[in-house]
Amino acid sequence: MTDLASLKYTDQHEWVALSGDVATVGITDYAADKLGDVVFVELPAVGSTVTAGEVCGEIESTKSVGELYAPVTGEVVEVNDAVVDDPASVNGDAFAAWLVKIQVDPADVDALLDRAAYVALTGGDA
Amino acid sequence: MPVRYTSDLAEHHAVRQAAGLFDISHMAEFTVTGAAAARVLDFMLAGRISTMKIGKAKYSLLLDDNGGVIDDVIVYRRGDEDFLVISNAGNRALVAAEFGRLLGDGFVIADVSDDYALIAVQGPEARAIVEETPGIADVTPVLADLGYYAWSGGTYAGEPLFIARTGYTGEDGFELLVPNALAPALWDALLAAGAPHGLVPAGLAARDTLRLEAGMPLHGHELSTDILPAQAGLGRVVAMDKDAFAGKDALAAASTDLPVLVGLTAEGRRAGRAGYAVLDASGAPVGEITSGVLSPTLGHPIAMAFVPPALAEPGTDLFIDVRGTRIPATVTALPFYRRNS
Repeated sequence: MTDLASLKYTDQHEWVALSGDVATVGITDYAADKLGDVVFVELPAVGSTVTAGEVCGEIESTKSVGELYAPVTGEVVEVNDAVVDDPASVNGDAFAAWLVKIQVDPADVDALLDRAAYVALTGGDA
Repeated sequence: MPVRYTSDLAEHHAVRQAAGLFDISHMAEFTVTGAAAARVLDFMLAGRISTMKIGKAKYSLLLDDNGGVIDDVIVYRRGDEDFLVISNAGNRALVAAEFGRLLGDGFVIADVSDDYALIAVQGPEARAIVEETPGIADVTPVLADLGYYAWSGGTYAGEPLFIARTGYTGEDGFELLVPNALAPALWDALLAAGAPHGLVPAGLAARDTLRLEAGMPLHGHELSTDILPAQAGLGRVVAMDKDAFAGKDALAAASTDLPVLVGLTAEGRRAGRAGYAVLDASGAPVGEITSGVLSPTLGHPIAMAFVPPALAEPGTDLFIDVRGTRIPATVTALPFYRRNS
């Protein structure tokens, strides 16, 4: 079970776990529930640079298309091919189904929302 | 009706493999009765209603004077002078307005939508479930003898129950019209009787993916007042040899070179969605998708789209513009999915 209080969040419903200078990014269970069954995930290429607040991938469900926003700026060092192969894993455990790892300035991650602020953002539903 | 109860995909697969329970009480119901009822419906609707046999159902269209589709409906003949018309919820006011324009004697049209609930049981296990549901009695004809697009009368808890063998999923199934007060009890009884068969409640998302696989049009997507029946592949629904009916003159004069509805299939997992452009081999826009999804049953993207007749032949290679990415797609005959029967 993920310690949700140890993660950072964005208003685009991504979660971010920082380890050293690598940020691991996924979407929250709240976002996964809103999307419905995820059937397609497209992630940025390893080695590409993503920019905070800009679209870097797609998450598609049977009913809708969602965009993945980069929560922080940096170089993509790893992507989770297992989720691309099995998109439904995002619905299974959104906090285990990480999407990308980005090399970042740790201060950028510190500036994101904490758990309480994120829960407040969702009106307490998250 | 919620978008989903648990999972769109699980609900979709349950309907294909076992059964799903849909609360479609939002649909609108009208009764048309009286000595002139059949004649009125012959004039109102595109099909020939007066020759329907009692006990049968018929898919039909309500057209405007330009031949455009105001709504698609199912008509059930309950007696010589007694018809039930079920229309889309979103078009209830428009359908009521069209009915309201009719002048003359010998018929009464009533909007009974607020008095009845409509519950659909759809899937290969549907018949067994309805047959085994406690409280449903006096079903005539028995469901084993009831054909597709026909209905049986019966009772539920002693009140009249209308059971139609119709649906919007591409599976065998039934739509049960019941007085509002009895609907919660009937829903619970069907769920309980269906549980051993794998019945689950199913939402709007599954309803949409099921009907799309079955190639069934959805008003507002494949049908509208800007689309003539023949464009949507529904020319057979229109009885052009009838004396007079709404839209007849416009249809008789219509061009035969208008865009037509086709099925498109693609590889991979990225689906074209409603509103996305369809491109020809040179990359020029030639049409637009009206509905599209990654087919849960088939595992590849499917879509319906309007394209020029010259590009409508099955096997024609086209492209879909999926948010800037050009994805190859092939014209295919509808439906995408057909149940084994």
